[in-house]
Amino acid sequence: MDNIAISVNNLSKSFSQVLAVDNISFSVEKSEIFGFLGPNGAGKTTTINILCTLLLPTSGEAIVNGFNVVTYPNEVRESIGIIFQDPSLDERLTAYENLNFHGMIYHIVPQIRKTRIQEVLNMVGLYLKKDHIVRTFSGGMRRRLEIARGLMHSPQILFLDEPTIGLDPQTRQHIWDYILSLSQREKITIFLTTHYMDEAEICQRVGIIDHGKIVSLGSPLALKNKYKVSSLNEVFLEVTGRDIREEGADEKERLGGFIRARNKLR
Amino acid sequence: MDFDALCMIWRRDLIRHFRDRVRLLGSVTRPVLWLLIMGTGLRAAFNVAGVSYTHFIFPGIIAMNLIFAAMISTISIIWDREFGFLREILVAPIPRSSIVLGKALSGSTVAFIEGLFVLAFAPVIKINIPLVHLLLLLPLMFLIAFVCTSLGIVIAARMTSFEGFGVISNFIIMPMFFLSGAMFPIDNLPHWISFFIRLNPLTYGVDLLRRVTLDIKVFSIYIDFLYLSVFALVMLSIGVFEFNKRN
Repeated sequence: MDNIAISVNNLSKSFSQVLAVDNISFSVEKSEIFGFLGPNGAGKTTTINILCTLLLPTSGEAIVNGFNVVTYPNEVRESIGIIFQDPSLDERLTAYENLNFHGMIYHIVPQIRKTRIQEVLNMVGLYLKKDHIVRTFSGGMRRRLEIARGLMHSPQILFLDEPTIGLDPQTRQHIWDYILSLSQREKITIFLTTHYMDEAEICQRVGIIDHGKIVSLGSPLALKNKYKVSSLNEVFLEVTGRDIREEGADEKERLGGFIRARNKLR
Repeated sequence: MDFDALCMIWRRDLIRHFRDRVRLLGSVTRPVLWLLIMGTGLRAAFNVAGVSYTHFIFPGIIAMNLIFAAMISTISIIWDREFGFLREILVAPIPRSSIVLGKALSGSTVAFIEGLFVLAFAPVIKINIPLVHLLLLLPLMFLIAFVCTSLGIVIAARMTSFEGFGVISNFIIMPMFFLSGAMFPIDNLPHWISFFIRLNPLTYGVDLLRRVTLDIKVFSIYIDFLYLSVFALVMLSIGVFEFNKRN
């Protein structure tokens, strides 16, 4: 069990009548880059929310960095960093103030905090903008700032929910190069979700979830061989079907869509 | 209880508040409308409980700013929890009680400052408040702000719908304000309205404010303090419970 970063066993989550996550089990090794793929409404976000201690499971267990998400949530939180799909920066504060807040609530002592802020800002190339209000930042800059923030407390696992969505190709490339070098240098475990299948090719292993169940799990190469196709995109379509899903958008999804569209216009 | 985290959450909300010019403007225009315009218009019409109407509603207008500001601060929790900054706070290794208390204190501070704007009008409408009473008035305003904020936090914690919020604010904030004795005296009213007035924590707050500024009182000072404190404590506990539920 020593080289397992995340261990999910028979995890289920239901909301009123809806079974969002249906008895899933999988594990992620330390230093692995793991891709969690699936159509909208498949249960990806719910699973990540459980792993990040934002949601309690209905049944089953999830162990993150050796700690049970239900019984030791604070220990889990200390050891993970999260970059949400919808940005969670404070637009009215400066980049520095955002990072300082983060450092403070993750209990980084003041002396170290200041150095660490400098380090992470330099890592993502935003040091010169440290006293600028985040509202003035572009989408790409905000994403980079969030990555800097997520790394400030040196987590063992980084959760990335659609990290490059809505970004231009240059920024996407930049962020991916950065994530890869991070994984190699710091040996951080990376758990990400994405709709970009070309990005998913970079993962060492991917899991595909649909209707709350894991329908496929393995390395991109193994999956491509299994389904005798040449790309992960084809694997995905094989496994989840080619039909367009009938999706009703509930209030939250509509608002989410609205925010993301607004963010793209920056 | 993580005091550092608590203070950080408190501080950040204050910084944000003072960078919001539009809202600061609103908190000044509201007392102007009520006190100077409505009060002047109605003053000519009648006296209440031995004082001019403008004076009578003065403590009520302070309470109005307090409850409105408290509720507006806590409303942001609903949005923040799903799409905003609160997620960053919720994934941090800090106890949920620190989050709730930090939010309660920051909401109260912001509401308290908005209450001060109204207090500043006292000399304009010729209310004379002795210094001793002023010193009592300040913590009292903070207590009332705290009660309203904790109520707001419980409502926000339980709400999942964004649209429903406007409805709640109309069905809770407005009735609370109008049924608190802010705008009219509460003695000699029919039983059914008296019942809701006595249930309403703001009533006891307004009673204390009126006692300190105009020396007009309805309830005993101990009842007022007791009701407010117990209400705040209960709301705060429910708030922490809701935040711990993680659903």
